[in-house]
Order: sequence, then C-alpha cells, then structure tokens
Amino acid sequence: MADCIHCGQDCGKNPIIWNDKPFCCNGCSMVYQILADKQLDRYYEMMPTPGIRIEQENTSGTRYAYLDSEEIKLKLLDFSDGGIARLNLFIPAIHCSSCIWLLENLNSLHKGIMHSHVNFVRKEVSITFRESDISLRQIVELLHTIHYIPDISYNKTSKDTHQKANRLMIMKIGVAGFAFGNIMLLSFPDYLPGGEAIDKLMAGTFGIVSFILALPVVTFCSSDFFLSAFKSLRKKIINIDLPLSIGILALFLESSYEIFSGSGTGYMDSLAGLLFFMLIGRWYQSRTYQSLSFDRDYRSYFPIAVTRLLDGKEEFVQLKDLKTGDHILVRNGELIPVDSVLTEGEGNIDYSFVTGESIPVAKKTGDFVFAGGKQSGAAIKLRVEKEVAQSYLTQLWNEDKLGDAGEMQMQTIVNKVSHYFTIIILAIASGAGIYWAFSDIGKAVYVFSSILIVACPCALALTIPFTFGNVMRVFGRNGFYIKNTEVIEKLTHADTVVFDKTGTLTHSRSMNISWEGNELTTHEQQWIRSVARNSTHPLSVMVSEWLPSSTLLTVLKYKEFSGLGIFGEVDGHKVMLGSKKFISGKDSSEEGKISMVYISIDNKLRGCFNLENHYREGLQQVLNGLKNMNQHLLTGDNNSEESNLKSYFPSTTQLHFNQSPVDKLEYINTLKNNGNNVIMIGDGLNDAGALLKADIGITIADDIYHFSPACDAILQSSKFGRLQEYLLFSKSALKIVYLSYLISFLYNIVGLTFAIQGLLSPVVAAILMPLSSISVVTFASLSVSILSKARKF
Amino acid sequence: MSVIVILIGFSLVVALGFLWAFLWAVKSGQYDDDVSPSIRILYDNENDKSKQSITNQKNV
Repeated sequence: MADCIHCGQDCGKNPIIWNDKPFCCNGCSMVYQILADKQLDRYYEMMPTPGIRIEQENTSGTRYAYLDSEEIKLKLLDFSDGGIARLNLFIPAIHCSSCIWLLENLNSLHKGIMHSHVNFVRKEVSITFRESDISLRQIVELLHTIHYIPDISYNKTSKDTHQKANRLMIMKIGVAGFAFGNIMLLSFPDYLPGGEAIDKLMAGTFGIVSFILALPVVTFCSSDFFLSAFKSLRKKIINIDLPLSIGILALFLESSYEIFSGSGTGYMDSLAGLLFFMLIGRWYQSRTYQSLSFDRDYRSYFPIAVTRLLDGKEEFVQLKDLKTGDHILVRNGELIPVDSVLTEGEGNIDYSFVTGESIPVAKKTGDFVFAGGKQSGAAIKLRVEKEVAQSYLTQLWNEDKLGDAGEMQMQTIVNKVSHYFTIIILAIASGAGIYWAFSDIGKAVYVFSSILIVACPCALALTIPFTFGNVMRVFGRNGFYIKNTEVIEKLTHADTVVFDKTGTLTHSRSMNISWEGNELTTHEQQWIRSVARNSTHPLSVMVSEWLPSSTLLTVLKYKEFSGLGIFGEVDGHKVMLGSKKFISGKDSSEEGKISMVYISIDNKLRGCFNLENHYREGLQQVLNGLKNMNQHLLTGDNNSEESNLKSYFPSTTQLHFNQSPVDKLEYINTLKNNGNNVIMIGDGLNDAGALLKADIGITIADDIYHFSPACDAILQSSKFGRLQEYLLFSKSALKIVYLSYLISFLYNIVGLTFAIQGLLSPVVAAILMPLSSISVVTFASLSVSILSKARKF
Repeated sequence: MSVIVILIGFSLVVALGFLWAFLWAVKSGQYDDDVSPSIRILYDNENDKSKQSITNQKNV
C-alpha cells in the first residue's frame, strides 16, 4: 500500500507508477508529469502531497469554449487594453503554501502569463497575461490540467463590498488607536499626584490638542454607531448602539465643555480608548470566512453560458439570454440549466446536486427534464421550455425573498438587554439630575452627564463579539462554518430540527451491498467485475469495487444500454448487468425500494446485488443528542426506507415522503407559523428554499467551497456526528454571555454610585471604564477557550 | 517647561506620518491577505532573477 505522491490518497491495489513514484490515478500522475517537465517539482518538496485529486477528467473538448465569447470575456476580465489583460479567478482548491508557490509560478508553465498573485484568504489568483500569447480559455484550461479548477461566475460584487467594508473598519481602528495613544499621553499629568499644579498654558494646549485628536474619533470612527442608532430609532427599536451613541456624545460634549471652559481636561482619553476597543470587537466579530459563500443562488451553480443551436450552427449564449423554444446542446458532464424537453439523444441525468441521489435517471426523447441535472454520456439536444429564472428549482429563490423581512424582527439578547438598560439609565440620570437641580443647576448637569458617561454600555457591547466571535472560530476549526455570530444565538433558541434524507442522513456515494441468489463462483465474480469496470455508472462502479479483486479479462462486444444495463462477452460467456427489466424483461414491482443490479450469465438469471443506502456515522448519537427537540424528516424519496428510518428516529418523529422542493418550503413555513424555531439540515439544491426559509439553515457538504446552497451555516459532512455538540456548545456560550453581562452590571453599579453623588472624578472614570471593558473581554475569551478544551473541540 | 508644547507639536507630526503610512497601507490592500505574504517570503527565486527584481520594486 502506498499513498499517492500527488494527492496523498491511498493508491489502492494497482497504483500507477511513473518515474518510480506511486499515483492513485492517471489524473494525478499527469499533473506530476506536467510539473516535472517544467521543472516545477519543488511543488512536491514544500509540502507533502499538496495536490488535488479530481474525480472526472473533463478538460478536453469544448467545456470552456464559451470563454472565447467576447461578451463573456469582457465580463470576466478585470482589465484589458488589447495587449495585456488581468483576470481574477476564484480557485476553491487553494489550501497550502505549495499551492501559492505553484500558482505564482504559472509563468513557468506558459510564457504568455506575465505575473500571477495569490490572495490566500479569498482563495483567488490574479493573473496578468499577454492576450496575443494566451487566451482566457487557455488559462482556465491550463489551471484545469494542474487540477486547480477555477469557479467561474459573475457574482464577485459581494466579495468586493466585503473587502471595502473590511478596509474601512481597519482604518477606523487605526485612527481610533492613534487618537487613543496620543490623548493618553497628553492626559498623563491628570493621573499623577500634583497634576493639578501644571501650568495654565500647558493644560490649555493639552486640552485643545486632545479635542482636535478626538474630533475624527467622534465623526469618522463612531459613524457606524450613530447611523445604526438612528436607523433603529426610526423603526422604534432600541438596539445596543443607541445607549452607546448617547454615551459617546455625552462623553464628548462634557469633555469639550470642560476643556473650553477651563474647568478640567475632560475624558477624551477614555472616549478614544472605548471606541478603539469597541471597533476591535466589531472587527473581530466580522472576521468571517471570506472564501466561503453563504448566499449562493442558482446562478452560482449553473454555467454562465450554454451552447445554443441556431440554424444548425453552434454558438455560445449567456444563460439569461436563453428564450423559450431555443434548442441547446448539453455535453457529457455539463449541467442542464433550464427546464426543457429532450429532443435528441439518450439522457442519463445525474441529479446529485439537486437531490443528493447519485444514481442517474434515464430519459428518453420527448421526456421533460428539470434543470440542475448533469448529463453523463453522449451529448444531448434539448428544447428550452421555461426561461432560467422561471425554472422549477430557480423559482425557489424568486419566491422566497421574504426571508429578509423576518430577519429584522429578530430580537437578539443584546438588543433586549439594551432596551431595558437604556430606559433605566435615562430614568436614573434624569432622576438624579432633577434631585440636584433643586440645590445646584450646574451640579445637576454635571451629574446627568456623568451618569450617562459611566453607564456607557461598552462592556455590554463587547461581550457578544468576543464570546460568539471566539465560538465561531472554535466551530470553524472543527468543520462547522457559521455565517455570522447571530446564528449562534439562534441555535440556542431552536426547538425543532428538520432533516433531509438523501445526501444528508445518507451518504450519497457509498452503499451497503449484498448479493441475493446462489453463491457466485470466483470465475463468475471475475467476469462480472471485468464487465462492470467498463461502465462509469455509479452502480457498476460500486459493484466492481465490492467484488474481490482479480485480474481483469478482455471484454468483447461491450455495449451500454442507457438507463437499462450493460452487456459484454468474457471468456465466451455472455454477461449482462442491469435493471430487472433489462435482464428478465419484466417490469420491476418494487421500484425504488433499494437499488438492485440483476446479473445474468449466458442468458440465465443468477441473482441480484442489493445496494442499500448507507447512513452517516454518528446519526444515532445526533438523534439521541437532539431528542428533546421536535424531529422531522422530509424527503423527496418514496417511503421504502420507512421501517429502516423508524429504527433510528424516536417514535414521535414525523416522517414525510415524496416531498417536492416547494412542499419542503411550505412545511418549514407551517412549522414557523406554529411558533417553532426551526433548524433545517439539508444538502441539495432541492432543499434550497427550505434552508432559506428556516430560522437556521445548515448545509451538509463534502466540499465546503462548492455545492452549498444559501444557508446560515455549513457543516463538513465528516463532522455530522458532532452536530448535537455544537448546539450544546452554543448554549454554554450563551451562559458565558449572561455572566459577562453580570460582571459589567457590577461595574456599572459601582460607577453609578459615584456619579449619582456627583463625585465622579476623572481618575475614577478613567480607571473604571477601561477596566470593565478589559475584564469583560478577558472573561469572555478565556471562558470560551476553557470551554472548548473541556468539550474537546 | 513650555518647550514641551513645541515638542508635542513635533511628536504629533511624526505620529501623523505613521498614521498616514498605515492608512495608505490599508488602502493599497496590504491588509487584505495576511497569510500568503508570510509564506511567500520564504520562497527563493534562485532560477528567476528577473522576477526577484520585480518583487523588490513592488515592495519599495
């Protein structure tokens, strides 16, 4: 047994040897040869087995031909002056330092490429090239041959806005930090004994310089807080930013008054410091997975162009330009982008994107074909029945944009707390102000503003970013990627969980296989395996992998009957594999129960292989762990697996079969209307509507960068068994948040007792405010990391 | 002691210079990717001198 030099996978029993090195497949060895040929074999020295394995070689032919179209080129290129062009490609496979090295040495692979630069965080490579030497299409094909397959789609804009927002945030932190440090220096005399004796000129200058430094902090750095407070006020909600804004303004106005009236030096240092910490908190919270996409719609799955047949000529058109009645050509491995009718050829359509089911469906001429399937086999011709946006699956996205409106109403804990907080603080401040107003108006104003200053809920504002931000990172390390910190809070409220079956509870690619019939002789096994090896149909592949290994014999007269089975002659024996109809001529009575592959040898039925769905490991633990939640199962399949499923699920579980994508969406809707907080766990495009509709949509994915429909969280399929642990962890994190709130309230009580009495000196304020923020941040971060160690995350 | 006022003026000028440099660095995208530069610096471009000079120019 050896591991592949390229991708590190087990090479199996018959490794491909090239240059004395073992490879698992031809694809991997091809890449090695290309790189060795160009003296780029350092790729393999930097990191062991850095390569990427791809299942299906599909570079040849016209897969990328549409990239030659001028219109599409124009949209994809960042810049082009006719001679030199620049291009940004998203390559999800980028994962290690070898990848960066190789992609930045693309110029050694082709001299037309002038320069390439990798952005690791965004998993993008930006390529500058000479258009006379290499075309866009050739670059993409080149990347494909070395197994770095770019993900080509138009929607780059969301990433760009994210990048801009991120840069602005860092700039704000920089400005706030700068002001904080410098004002701190100027305020230093205040903290020293005898600081009051400082001479008037210096005190005045220090004050004015502090004021000038604080100006950008209040205008530029705090703008987000003011804006958000203003927006929420207009909606008549009190969110955390309102008390924050009041605090910031009170601090600034009081300090400016002190500085210009010469009565003191103000609290500008605290102001800048608080802003600095709070911005760091926001930034920490917003650091999400830039390379993951949580809001894909159908456009990111479907090709950007298709081959249209017009007057016998092939041309590439963009998907949105397809009209009803157009004729299109779909080749092997291409996705069918629209609902259409098969007009020519034999369809063998793999709907694994849509349903998670990997076994292709056979279609005949005249059959209706839904969008989202992948053709395997020869090219087929189709007549477009509905425009792309009107197709069965894509409609899910159009129908359900109402999800956004519901989002706004969600009351997060922090908003709930700050609602009461603001009211109470305003009440205390006005109460104390009125009390003092009887004796001393000046004192009353001072007390009023110092209460607002000291009660500034910075600690409140910092708790969530640091607690949930850390939880998010802990989850990310463990293969559970969350869109934003709000999802964690929603997870703790969830009381209902809905599962999809195929692809979610079951593996899409592996099955339990058993043989039914008389024992096969070793010879027979060898014949069947030899014939089955010729087909790429998943069932044939599984059968041939299951049979014990033996030398492959030559197969004569091999023929594949699409949707039925295969035939071949081995050692003079006629071997047939396929459906019951193909072998015995009788229609199968137990259609769909479990997949069966019937075998006949020399026209005599020998028996059949039963291929059963294989449930994911840990399913039982997950279901036990979630047993105090309502569990539901929705599946597009028929009820053949019902008894099997019932053994896993508790008896209260509602199992629903034959559910269409729209049914699933409606079902979630009903659950939500009954007041449930719903988690939907699904994988395929057919769950997309339900995932969007649910309070929390969790997508299970083998390849987290690729096929995840819009959702709130992505769970790596290998981590499925830990699902209930993530939920428990979120609940514990919520307790940490409450404890942090308690700590910050204690500080507030101490501060308020000073402030109400009109005794708040700059020193007390300067110590109390940063101290409360720092202790809350430390507490939140430390307890999350202790918790993650205790829970073995 | 009032000379401190002038010194503060100078120190602020220096500090503003660094702030400007920081803002410029953020704007030019140097904080967008914090992983690959740390790896990239370890590659030696022995068989590619011309490329080295390009990268040098970029970093100035």
